[in-house]
Amino acid sequence: MKSAILTRLQAERAAKRPVVLLTRLSDGAQLLWPGDEMPAELVEASKAALGSEEAGNVTLGDDSWFIHPHNPPLRIIVVGAVHIAQAMAPMAAPLGFSMVVVDPRRAFASEERLPGVTLSTDWPDEAMEVLAPDARTAVVTLTHDPKLDDPALDAALKSEAFYIGALGSRRTHAKRVARLAELGHGAEAMGRIHAPVGLNIEAITAPEIALSIMAEIVAARRGAALGAVRPIPGVTE
Amino acid sequence: MTQNDNAEDILAIAANWKAAGEDVAIATVVETWGSSPRPAGSRLAITKSGKLAGSVSGGCIEGAVADAARQSMASGAPQLLDFGISDERAWEVGLSCGGKVKVFVEPLS
Repeated sequence: MKSAILTRLQAERAAKRPVVLLTRLSDGAQLLWPGDEMPAELVEASKAALGSEEAGNVTLGDDSWFIHPHNPPLRIIVVGAVHIAQAMAPMAAPLGFSMVVVDPRRAFASEERLPGVTLSTDWPDEAMEVLAPDARTAVVTLTHDPKLDDPALDAALKSEAFYIGALGSRRTHAKRVARLAELGHGAEAMGRIHAPVGLNIEAITAPEIALSIMAEIVAARRGAALGAVRPIPGVTE
Repeated sequence: MTQNDNAEDILAIAANWKAAGEDVAIATVVETWGSSPRPAGSRLAITKSGKLAGSVSGGCIEGAVADAARQSMASGAPQLLDFGISDERAWEVGLSCGGKVKVFVEPLS
């Protein structure tokens, strides 16, 4: 790999733009898409790889090309700069997520409490408009305060967010569902909300709850069939 | 948002090593069959001085890949390596999971 290609690739990634690195395996010649001129077949393969998020090989004439997509990190928007958000923050980056924390209560949303995390002290409705959650975004509400959680959930339900989670007991969630229904959300929308939030690992402490939430987000991203116990080969009940 | 950059950004590590004056090669899994532990696109950065970052397997073939990387750093030419249970080399290096992988090794020039 030439340093010039590496520099361009890293610049695209730093700018959070999707980019594909194409490598001819016979001699190591490399191209970037978008940016470099290339045959239409390679452009199509690049687009497909970004869509599927899977690297693969394409044969063109006598040449074999490795098509390596680099999508920007997925995002997690957390509403509530609370203890659980603090515990989620160091897990997010290694799992491939960029985390944004929204909390208008400045005592909570401080750089000191959440070093290195992008903070927004806007009200959640305004913050969500700016952040514009898409199909590569997870939204988690943690404040327990309907004034803060509800506008964020309302915006998340109107978006294509791949995961929506809300902290709170079943009873709290029932009241929440009633309030969201008044905002015009139907049963299908309510079904998108993971509540109580997180996989059931009997979590008690903030780091345990953070782990259960992160695990549920990863499961949603990877399309895991939750609830199914993985069979152990050779063992029958 | 520095901390939100992927902590496993092997390319950034490779670029930093290069900037510090090290000879660097990058190995990338380009194809897998069966139960190989790391998917296509997984990277390992290697320096001539022996530093490693990332992975191209569960640890079974990293040593052999590092040897090939040192050859590529010396020759300047990339290599396409095949590891698998049908390959004698796999017995040597022990791809114990029973999968097959192709790894592309290229010097950073």
